[in-house]
Parts: sequence; C-alpha cells; structure tokens
Amino acid sequence: MNLLVVGLNHKTADVEVRERLAFGGAKLEDGLKRITALDDVNEAVILSTCNRVEMYLNVKDPVKAEDELIDFFSEFHSIRHELLRPSLYFHTGDEAVRHAFRVASSLDSMVVGEPQITGQLKDAFDASLKFKTTGILLNKLMKKSLSVAKRVRTETRISALAVSISYAAVELAKKVFEDLGGKNVLLLGAGEMAELAAKHLVNSGVAETVVANRTFATGCELAKDMGGRAVKFEDFPDEMLTADIVICSTGAPTYVVTKPMMKDIMKKRKQEPMFIIDISVPRNIDPELDELDNVYRYDVDDLQGVVDTNVGERRKEAELAEGIIAEEIETFKRWLSSLEAVPTILALRERADRIMAQEVERFMGKHPDLGEKEIQAINRLTAGIVSKLIHPPTAALKEDAEDKDILIATIKRIYGLD
Amino acid sequence: MQPDVIAFELALSMYFISAIAGTADLFKKTNIWPRLLFVSAGAGFVFHTISTVYRFAIAGHPPIVSPHEATAFFAWCIVLMFFVVEIRYRLGLFGSFIMPLVFFMAFTAAMLPREFEPLQPLLQSKWLLTHTFLAFLGNAAFALACMAGVMYLVQEHYLKSKHMGDLFGRLPSIQTLDHLNYRLITIAFPLFTLAIISGMAWAKSSMGNYLALDFRTVWAMVTWLIYALILHARLVAGWRGRRASVLSIVGFISVLLAFFGVKLLQKGFHIF
Repeated sequence: MNLLVVGLNHKTADVEVRERLAFGGAKLEDGLKRITALDDVNEAVILSTCNRVEMYLNVKDPVKAEDELIDFFSEFHSIRHELLRPSLYFHTGDEAVRHAFRVASSLDSMVVGEPQITGQLKDAFDASLKFKTTGILLNKLMKKSLSVAKRVRTETRISALAVSISYAAVELAKKVFEDLGGKNVLLLGAGEMAELAAKHLVNSGVAETVVANRTFATGCELAKDMGGRAVKFEDFPDEMLTADIVICSTGAPTYVVTKPMMKDIMKKRKQEPMFIIDISVPRNIDPELDELDNVYRYDVDDLQGVVDTNVGERRKEAELAEGIIAEEIETFKRWLSSLEAVPTILALRERADRIMAQEVERFMGKHPDLGEKEIQAINRLTAGIVSKLIHPPTAALKEDAEDKDILIATIKRIYGLD
Repeated sequence: MQPDVIAFELALSMYFISAIAGTADLFKKTNIWPRLLFVSAGAGFVFHTISTVYRFAIAGHPPIVSPHEATAFFAWCIVLMFFVVEIRYRLGLFGSFIMPLVFFMAFTAAMLPREFEPLQPLLQSKWLLTHTFLAFLGNAAFALACMAGVMYLVQEHYLKSKHMGDLFGRLPSIQTLDHLNYRLITIAFPLFTLAIISGMAWAKSSMGNYLALDFRTVWAMVTWLIYALILHARLVAGWRGRRASVLSIVGFISVLLAFFGVKLLQKGFHIF
C-alpha cells in the first residue's frame, strides 16, 4: 500500500498539453475505472482543472507504477510518450502527502490563496466515492487534505489578501462598510473595468446598482445586466446623495467630480461615508477629495499599491501555511504507520489464538477425565501466558517509530506470519 | 500581607501580562496573544473582585473612599465593561487598546496608600454607593469609547494614506468602530447624567445646596457638556467618524482630569 501522486500543472506544462490530458465529463468516470482496473493500482482520485491534471493513487509498487502510468496516459489520451515525460511529476511517500496538502490549501495554485481549488478537490473526491475507486488510504488522505486546507484558510490570512484590483477594491470597501449588503452602488460611466469591479461588489450582496452613462442606451443595457436602473448622466449628483459606493470610469478628459462639489454632497448626506473608486485614466475624480472627512477615494495606482502590499503579505502567510502543513504531515504519517501495523497485529493475535486452541485441544484429548474446574483453570492459564507473550510485540507495533517497516518485517519473520 | 493586598497585587500582575499580550498582538499576529490577553484579564478580574469584596467586608462600606480604592474601582469597571463589549461585539484587537489602560489605572492605584480610611461624616450617606457606582460605570464606558475612537483614527489613517499596514486587515471596519463609539457614549451618557443628578441630590441632602461646586463637580459639568455636544452634533449635524472620535478622546481626557485633578488641588469635598 503506497501513495503515489502523478500529474502536471501550469508550472510543468503549457495549456495545450494540459488540455489534452484533461479528464472532462465522461472521461473522468472512464479514467477512474480504467486506472483502478490496472493490477498495480488499488485506489484512485483524479483531479482535473484548467491548471492541473493529477492522479492520487494507492499502488503496490510505486517504481513499477511510474512506467505503467505513462503508458496509461499515453494510451488514454492518445498522446506520445515524449510529450508526456518532461511534463509529468511523480511524488511518493511524505512528498506525496505534502503535495496533496499543498494543492488543497492553494499553495500550489497559480494565484496562491485562491478559493476554487479546495472545492475542485472535494468534487474530485466525491466523484471517486461515487464510482467507488477509493479505499482506506485515499479516503483518509482526501479528508485530511480538505481539513488541512480549512485550517490554512482560517489560521492564516492567505485567502483574505486580494491580488487583483477588483478584489482589492472590495477588500477596501469592507473596511469602510462592515457589511456591503444593503449599500447602494453608483456607476459613473459604463466601461468594462467598471463592470468587472461592480460585479464583484454585487456578488458581495449590495442593494441597488445605478448606472449613469453619457450614452443613455449603453447605460440602460448595463443596468439591466446588473439588475439595477439607469439615469441620465447629468443627474448623477442627485444619485450621489444616496450612493454609498461609486465606481467611476467615464473616459472624460477632466475631473467630473470636484472637491467643492463633493463637500456639498457630503453635507447634504449628513456625512454618511462614501467609498469611491476611480479607474479612469486620466482620473475623473479630483484627488483633493482625500482631504474630505468620510470620503474614501482610490484610483488605479492606489489599488495597485494595495495589491503589491498584499503579494508580499501573502508570501508571509504562505510560510505560516507551510508550517501548518508540516505539522499535519507528521500526524498523517503516524496514522499511516499505525495502519500498516494493523494487519500484522491481527495476524499475530490470530496466530497466537490458533496455537493456543490447538495445544489445549490436544491436551484435552490426552486427558479426557478432567473436571470442569480443571478445564477452566487450564483455559485461563494458557490464555494468560499467550497474552503476556504477545503483549510486548503488539505494543511495539502500535508505537510510532522510524523503522516501523523493519519492525513489521522482523515480527512477521520471527513469528512466522505471512 | 493582608489578603486584599495579595489579591490586588495578583490582579495587577495579571493585568500586566494582559497588557503585554495585547501590545505584542499589535506587532505580530499569533493565536497565543489574544488568548493570553483574555485569560489573564479574566484572572486579573477575579483577583480584583476578591480584593474589592474583602475590602468591602473589612471596612463595612463600599471600598471607594480613598484615592487608591477609587482608582482601583475605576480599573475594575473598565475591565467589566470590556468583557461585556467583547462578548457582544467580538472586535479584533480591542483588548490591545484597553488592557494597557487598565494596567495603567491599576498600577496608579497600587502606588497610592492603601490604608483603610474611616468614613467621613459627609460620606455616610445612602447616596455613596449610587452616585459613585454610576459615575464609575459611566466613566468606564467613556474610556472604552475613547479607545474605540483611537482605533477609528488608526484605521482611518490606513484608509486615507492608502498604505495598508499589517493592522489594517485585523482592525474592524471604520463603520463598526464608529458605531461602537456611538453605542458606548449613548450608554455612558445617561449613566453619567444620573451620577451627576444623584450627586446633586446628595449635596442637597447633606449640605443643603444642589450646586456644591468644587474642582470635580465643575469638571464633571465640562465633561457632561462635551459628551452632550458629541451626541447632539452627531444627530443634528452629522458629526460622525473622525470628529466624533477626536471628541471622544477629548472627552475622556476631561474625565481623567476630573478624576485625577482632584489630587492636584486637594481642596473640596471630593477627596478621592
């Protein structure tokens, strides 16, 4: 029973190769069934996403399995060996466990900290459960990987730090407004970047979206798309009285919102805080708005600055995550080694019980006139001797030790276990 | 050493550990600092309560009649309020701003003489407990509001300067902090008002005069006006956020002046 991970990802293969090796749709079931049909493979989970294709396997002989797997991939996807070899990586033992944990926690992802991979791994595991291609080893590994991912997410800030401008905008908005739900969004201009940022906000549950665009028709379209309403561009100052979040990208050559204008609006709003993102170049919102209380304005450079800070922070958090993973690998190893010992412990016990039963039977045969009391005494005596004899080796097998497999092999030899 | 002194010293040590843990938490995020902060603050509170109850039992009157006792009780009220707020709001890093203040208070109390002072005739009144308890609770809430204001200004600085420091992600949103500041003052203000009113009733019953002016009563009026202004300006003119936070800090400075300033002048009937 050996763990083996084989696959490729965005670091080892470009998208053309990854595409060809994907296990999409019906191929997933087919792949799972055919890989476990191989003599050498007992369990399999296939993880296939746009950035990686991996198999997590329980194999008898990891060295032999490598060649077999390359043949399998080559045949299954009709792809030549020479194309595969440079892209595939193989991990066994501890490295395989580390790889599984890292992938699940998004440490191996293109954007470290991204949230999708954990769900994708869970789906892959569910599929294997459905097609019954897992057993005790992969069940434990998958469940552990998912719980390690959860630990990493809650104990580090790795997934909280935005690394794209639109996520950064949402992150900032959440530090101004505790809850984005119920807040009103105003879009000045209907550009693509504004739409993207707005969509992120809408996903966070904002209340109403209003679009004010110079070309009313385009504004209407976007408003319909976002489930909001459109207004004439000239009317935007009125809308600013009730908007909490403003996204500006009008393409105008000058400032559309000036400081005096904003001062007046804030007064009328009774200083309700306003969060403004200006993603137009040249800027449409006067930077002097920063001097006003309760107005929080960010342009593209500011947002990029947040992103840059976050990249450094993420790296620090990733280190914390690696530490958590190292801890969890040790725990998993302990489980694994106790698992390996279980059949031997059972075999030892069984052997001992069989010998005891045989000898007692033979003795009874030679001494037919023993009384009930004597028979009971003999049973107790032999049981006691046997228990005491097998206790030390059993305890040793349950202990965690570095040379566990040598111990198991030795005990098998000296007790004549199979 | 007497049991109340031992208990208080233990409380002080616990508050010290809590303050250190809170400060450390500002610099490096770990799981240990917040837990240590709460456990030691809780332990300190227990010891502090024991000390207070013991002194009450020995003296036969509420242990709030000497500078030491008053300062210690003030610290006790702040810890109590802090736990109430934390259980309700669960804010990031609030403890880091509160526990150092608590330690400062308790340390000051420890520096003051601890002898049991006999209860002066003026203080032998049914108003003693009511007036002082209301005043201390109100002031404790003002203390917490001040710290919420400080946190607001820190977070606002991050947002305005656009340099997101490490604390940025861990501090609550400014909306939460502003809301907390407001809630705390709306709780503190009635308590404080009632404290003043009960003080006036006491003055009337013992000295025949509602307005018995001494250093503290005058400063209490100033404090009352500041917080009344804060509430009024918030409701009417939208003085929220930065202005409210700064005023909360000013208000608390006024509270501290009213409380400690008495020591400087040594005159009047507020001897503590």
